[in-house]
Amino acid sequence: MSWRKHDYDSLPGTYVFDGKTAHAAYRLNKLLFSFNNEENRREFARDKAAYADKYGLTPEQKKALLEDDFLGMLRLGANIYYLAKLAVPRGFTVQDAGAAFQGITTEEFKAKLLAKGEGLTEKLERQGGYWNG
Amino acid sequence: MARIVGGVTTSHIPAIGNAMTERLENTPYWKRFFDGYEPVKRWLEDVAPDVAVVVYNDHGLNFFLNNIPTFALGCADRYDNADEGWGLKTLASFEGDAEFSWHIAESLIEQHIDIATCQEMLVDHGFVVPMALMWRHLPKWPVKVIPLAVNTVQHPIPTARRCYELGRALGKAIESYPEDLKVVIFGTGGMSHQLQGERAGLINVDYDLKTMESVISDPEWLASQSTSQIIENAGTEGVEVIMWLVMRGALDDRVKVVHKHYHTPISNTGAGVLVLQNAA
Repeated sequence: MSWRKHDYDSLPGTYVFDGKTAHAAYRLNKLLFSFNNEENRREFARDKAAYADKYGLTPEQKKALLEDDFLGMLRLGANIYYLAKLAVPRGFTVQDAGAAFQGITTEEFKAKLLAKGEGLTEKLERQGGYWNG
Repeated sequence: MARIVGGVTTSHIPAIGNAMTERLENTPYWKRFFDGYEPVKRWLEDVAPDVAVVVYNDHGLNFFLNNIPTFALGCADRYDNADEGWGLKTLASFEGDAEFSWHIAESLIEQHIDIATCQEMLVDHGFVVPMALMWRHLPKWPVKVIPLAVNTVQHPIPTARRCYELGRALGKAIESYPEDLKVVIFGTGGMSHQLQGERAGLINVDYDLKTMESVISDPEWLASQSTSQIIENAGTEGVEVIMWLVMRGALDDRVKVVHKHYHTPISNTGAGVLVLQNAA
């Protein structure tokens, strides 16, 4: 058995959701996918451990799930869009998740995002042709 | 015969959907982003398309990992939006054009693009956010829709070049349909963003602007980027921008730029808007 190597494997802080990842985490992602349904979200809230067992999670996956350990779940193969089905209904934003991945506060994470837009209109004027209000 | 009037590119992130639901368009954070869509709305009003082909990716509403088609075409009379666990308001259903969809499916397969066909298809934020951006001010959706879903979620995803080739074939498929219909194509998703991992928060303005120029006048540049190159520069979720090439491939080689807009950040994302029109 051998998993193919990719150029993206070496990118830091990046977990590409490919066959190797998806294969290892199929049950975890199946559990997360079930949160499309309100009734399932309620069932999970009532007894999280039982819900994890129902989907046959590994002990590691179950621990990360019960601890809201987003980075842990990601490293174990959770797909980010599926992870959002767990996080968003319970009041976490994608910025909260990003901050958790980096070990900083949400305010710090948001400030880093806002900094990306600094000097934008000047840059677009230099490029030319952009609508600028 | 059906005629492609032009193409539009847009981000489709859920934060835009929430901002529209909460009517935040004129707040300082969102105003410049939403104002940049006013010229798009005016252009759509002028060209008055009958059908919108919406190229988007499903994020785990209609397709689960047990069955991920690389390319899938909606071939139904109606498409429903539904709860996808993200707290988004569910929008009104969309009217399809099944005959036109099946014509496109047959034509694509004759052109050796082996697309999957879906007689039922729930459409998620990737589809409904662009529709709402263009037409939420109207009492009902003014066009019939044809959803075209591209897998950008579970790798291996199609290459940028394959998306461009799909677009070429899509253009031929649309323009060989014998009904007198005006068609607009939405290429949705992107631009640079990475939601996951320690590299979350990546936004790459320079790469986004290069991508926009490429989509306008040199699609070959973006088509020649590898999946790894796009992930490195635009982020794991920014790879969605390959779907813009489906739209671009369906248009003429030379196009008129009706509108070009870029804003960042919206949530974690760089947002590019293009309106491209066929010369004829």
